[in-house]
Amino acid sequence: MTKRLLEVADLTKGFVTRGADGRIAQLKALRGVSFTLDRGETLGIVGESGSGKSTLARSVVRLIEPDGGSIRFDGTDARRLSGRERSQFNRRVQMVFQDPYSSLNPRMTVRAALAEAIGVHRLRPPAAVDGRIAELLDLVQLPQEAAERYPRDFSGGQRQRIGIARALAVEPDCLIADEIVSALDLSIQAQIINLLLELQARLDLAILFISHDLRIVRHISHRVGVMYLGEIVETGGAEQVFADPRHPYTQALIAAAPTLDPGRRGRQEAVHGELPSPIDLPAGCSFASRCVHVMERCLTMPPALLSVDRTRAARCYLTENAAPPALREKSP
Amino acid sequence: MTVDTVDRRPNRLQPPLIFGTAILTLMLITALLPQFVAPYDPTRFDYHATLAPPSLAHLFGTDMYGRDILSRILWATRIDLQIAVFSTVGPVIVGTLIGTLVGYYGGFADIVLNRLVDVVVTFPFLVLVIGIIAILGPGLTNLYIAIGLVDWVFFARLARAEILVQRRLDYAHAARGLGYGPARIIFRHLLPNAIGPIITYWMTDMALAILLGSSLGYLGLGAQPPLAEWGALIADGKNFMATAWWITVFPGIAIVVAGFGFSLAGDGVADLLRRRE
Repeated sequence: MTKRLLEVADLTKGFVTRGADGRIAQLKALRGVSFTLDRGETLGIVGESGSGKSTLARSVVRLIEPDGGSIRFDGTDARRLSGRERSQFNRRVQMVFQDPYSSLNPRMTVRAALAEAIGVHRLRPPAAVDGRIAELLDLVQLPQEAAERYPRDFSGGQRQRIGIARALAVEPDCLIADEIVSALDLSIQAQIINLLLELQARLDLAILFISHDLRIVRHISHRVGVMYLGEIVETGGAEQVFADPRHPYTQALIAAAPTLDPGRRGRQEAVHGELPSPIDLPAGCSFASRCVHVMERCLTMPPALLSVDRTRAARCYLTENAAPPALREKSP
Repeated sequence: MTVDTVDRRPNRLQPPLIFGTAILTLMLITALLPQFVAPYDPTRFDYHATLAPPSLAHLFGTDMYGRDILSRILWATRIDLQIAVFSTVGPVIVGTLIGTLVGYYGGFADIVLNRLVDVVVTFPFLVLVIGIIAILGPGLTNLYIAIGLVDWVFFARLARAEILVQRRLDYAHAARGLGYGPARIIFRHLLPNAIGPIITYWMTDMALAILLGSSLGYLGLGAQPPLAEWGALIADGKNFMATAWWITVFPGIAIVVAGFGFSLAGDGVADLLRRRE
């Protein structure tokens, strides 16, 4: 069994919309996103709303058909699969959704929902299904009597546990968690995050953790990718990226993140200027219009993802040579 | 941690539902066993009591042949309830099925359905049904066919709209993500969540079918004599309106009560389904 589970390369996706002038235009939600994910590893994806995070999540599980690029899962080309193999791929890569209220079928008890998932993929003989449901409820730390209840009987955090149990029912190798805690209270967020970490350790799950919350991503991820307008602008080990961000956008994000220390709380604006429209992208670097370090070539030629060192890369010309002193001072 | 036990289920039946189902239940009993409920044989002529006004012997009076109006109304319940059910049950099933599939798959079928809906709603329902009966000929069976040919479109439109909403919810995405097949997603997940408004509309539609059936009965295009049907009963009395009002008024009240029963029950069911969400 190889360690590498998921290999996404150059994924692109555009949506046809009507632009501000009323003409039909293409909104580029993903512009060549690449990443890899190993077994037992968590890759965090951070970015503002509209950066393409959810499109990425839904493309990876094939709820959205990407326009281009490749998704290799466990050595096979996931985009070519059909029929039984496709169903197997779907089973092995499970998504947990953001909204715990709409992600569960309101007319199915917890038992019915879990039994269906187990039954469709014939993962247990019928006689063993009830035992497996009990096991799953234990796994997500819900009481056994939850099985007979309907989603409306549960709170948001409990529903999210049910969503996780449903995903785990089909014994996946990989979880795609799209903003799974953003609809929950802070204290419940911590419980769900800890549950996820525990499950990862027990089941050797690979997790693609998508969130706009930098602190949570830092806490849970081994590696992170920072998304901006459909591109990954910086990747690297979570600690490295957060401690020493190289892309000006990452730096701005981290500077703007709320801190718990009131003395350090600033009123400073994170990034100046408007987010460029994803329908009408600038010719050069997409961050150029808001960047404090903008140079002439940034406006004409978009930078490639340039390596900082063996594990890190940033889509910025400043990384070509080591970051200039001015940049160093800004980073915490 | 305990499961929180906020009970959002309705713990009390609401008056509309109680009244509505009470009326419908009485109608159903009457329709099934009219011979036990009706005081007279509805087809028996009595030339000693023609056009008799309401009295203790004949509570709703008699018609020009001396037939007991109350008995005829009670026997007509069977025909009118039949019209309500038989003319709508086909459209409900076919329309819901077509609307569901079109809503889920979309594409060219969606365009065709929408144009068809546009065409059908352009015509007044009654005119369209009369037109079809003009081709098929009068009678109850042709009435069912005529209503069925038009009515399914409304259920298809409703089902399509409901499925469009449901299939965009995350639980539908989750079902796809779990590798479920389209038949399972459509019939086990989406349809049960979309069926509420369809059932509610069905109740209303049965009331409309009774109105339509009696309108056509009045015009002589529906139930044929000697069958007793509320609309036909009204037509029987129309020549005696000035002298024997009871022949037309009481069947009219029966239609109103039946329509009321269906509407109340429909409202009640809608309310019940809303609060179960």
